[in-house]
Amino acid sequence: MDKTWNNKAWFLVLPVLVLVAFSAVIPLMTVVNYSVQDTFGNNQFFWAGTEWFEELLSSDRFWEAMVRNLVFSFIILAIEVPLGIFIALNMPKKGWGVPVCLVLMALPLLIPWNVVGTIWQVFGRNDIGLLGYYVNALGIDYNYVQDPYDAWVTIIIMDVWHWTSLVVLLCYAGLVSIPDAFYQAAKIDGASRWAVFRYIQLPKMQRVLLIAVLLRFMDSFMIYTEPFVVTGGGPGNSTTFLSIDLVKTALGQFDLGPAAAMSLVYFLIILLLSWVFYTVMTNYDAER
Amino acid sequence: MARIDVNHVRHSYLPNPQKDADFALREVHHTFEDGGAYALLGPSGCGKTTLLNIISALLHPSHGELLFNGKDVTNLSTQERNIAQVFQFPVIYDTMTVYDNLAFPLRNRGVPEADVDRKVRETLEMIDLASWAKKKARGLTADQKQKISLGRGLVRSDVNAILFDEPLTVIDPHMKWVLRSQLKQLHRRFGYTMVYVTHDQTEALTFADQVVVMYDGGIVQIGTPAELFERPRHTFVGYFIGSPGMNVMPVAIEGKTATIGSQRIELPGAPKTTAGKTGTGTIELGIRPEYVRLGRDGMAVKISKVEDLGRHKVVRANLEGREIAAVIGEDESVPAEPKVRFDPAGINIYADSWRVEMGA
Repeated sequence: MDKTWNNKAWFLVLPVLVLVAFSAVIPLMTVVNYSVQDTFGNNQFFWAGTEWFEELLSSDRFWEAMVRNLVFSFIILAIEVPLGIFIALNMPKKGWGVPVCLVLMALPLLIPWNVVGTIWQVFGRNDIGLLGYYVNALGIDYNYVQDPYDAWVTIIIMDVWHWTSLVVLLCYAGLVSIPDAFYQAAKIDGASRWAVFRYIQLPKMQRVLLIAVLLRFMDSFMIYTEPFVVTGGGPGNSTTFLSIDLVKTALGQFDLGPAAAMSLVYFLIILLLSWVFYTVMTNYDAER
Repeated sequence: MARIDVNHVRHSYLPNPQKDADFALREVHHTFEDGGAYALLGPSGCGKTTLLNIISALLHPSHGELLFNGKDVTNLSTQERNIAQVFQFPVIYDTMTVYDNLAFPLRNRGVPEADVDRKVRETLEMIDLASWAKKKARGLTADQKQKISLGRGLVRSDVNAILFDEPLTVIDPHMKWVLRSQLKQLHRRFGYTMVYVTHDQTEALTFADQVVVMYDGGIVQIGTPAELFERPRHTFVGYFIGSPGMNVMPVAIEGKTATIGSQRIELPGAPKTTAGKTGTGTIELGIRPEYVRLGRDGMAVKISKVEDLGRHKVVRANLEGREIAAVIGEDESVPAEPKVRFDPAGINIYADSWRVEMGA
């Protein structure tokens, strides 16, 4: 087959290439540079090879943070996705309730992340926080500052409060796009409420759900601001996720080499997971 | 199968209907006989779909009642009424195979799997999709999907009626003919009570034994295709059925003579009406283009346009300042000084848009 080579087209992608180079490729290369060297300041660098990577991959601290991240992502997906679907199913489809619900649902999404953290940090305090005070008043011993279990519960509830709306809105968009005729046909066919959900609503939501899961997974996997504001990674290291650990290493201890190695590994993990999701989604599309 | 009585049914989509205009369905009182093939014909917004949805209980009527075989079903649900309905746009369950789509209504009703299999296979044969049974339903073409929708109705042999809501809208013209004749065959073979909503007169006239013409929320005429054509009860039916529609012109009546401007037309009889004479209401003469004879004698007209449709020609002419249409044979020619006569057999007289009988 004859193929015309026309390299002029490259000029059209050049602006993007330059932009991406400055915003991503060059910083990434600096990180690569740091990750294989050791420095004591004064711009003096010593070759370290794969030392930082070996240290990182054999450190319990890293794997513990990783496990925490995965457990956290899994828990919030397991709560937010079913809950989001449930709320979306029960939202009004017409009338004055629609804008009211949509605005209420959008509110948590509009709040800056560190504000969300601050809200819950205060909310959960057992001296002045509404939640913390009354939960303790009920006789339940709740203290997210000291008890790792309470800290986890607080962070998970906070994330559910903050992000379930996203799943709801996406599912709702999928639901309202289903023509009435489907529900009418289901009635004619004598379908139960469950069958309507299983064979009409769920298949129509499948695409948006996949996107919701992808977004929620990525966001929760790189969660930083909210737990940092609420617990600062504690008590102990119990809520120290990869991102928090990374910042502690890089900015707290100024261990640039190990931090760079960690960034790269973190980056590769996210790249891998994104690729998995992408493949699943495109396979799903191809099947359609 | 069932006889369906629609007793004085009125329906409004408004919460507190007051005036007649608030009602999407002003009043329908009609019996669909057991095993009949009916078409509900009318323009968009005339209430045909509303009536259909009331029969299938997707809507609850504001007033009136429904009887199936004499039993009151007004307050029964769609499921309890046991109705099949096919919608304008094909509804299929994407994630299921063609086979499972057809099995769905049966399985929902707890039919034993052996019977399900037998019925589904029969239906697949009937709608000619047997070789597609194992395919996922979402990859099919629009007409195959619509056949599945149809099949889900046919698979339940005990349905009281099958309702069609403009089912062939999204189907290619060629497939329309095929599907329509298949429906007709199914009706002959199994004797389902079928009600078919459409705004396409060809579809209605070829499908149904009885065509119910609806206009503005009410039934204006029920009849065989021939009756609708020869004796439209309302000027709307005259306009709506036939292409081009009936010529309708205001006239003055004096005994057995109608007058249009300076022209006099002899009627086959004297219309039995008081309208027009007493100064109330309007009197109109309706005649189908097929009964307008173009020739050298009669009333002088001015030809404005001749449309050659291949099988016949439609002549648009001006009679006493009114547009009329006439149909002439493909090889007839238009005379130099054209005149028209109205064939008395095709003349209908309307008082306030409703047809009046003519005496001797």
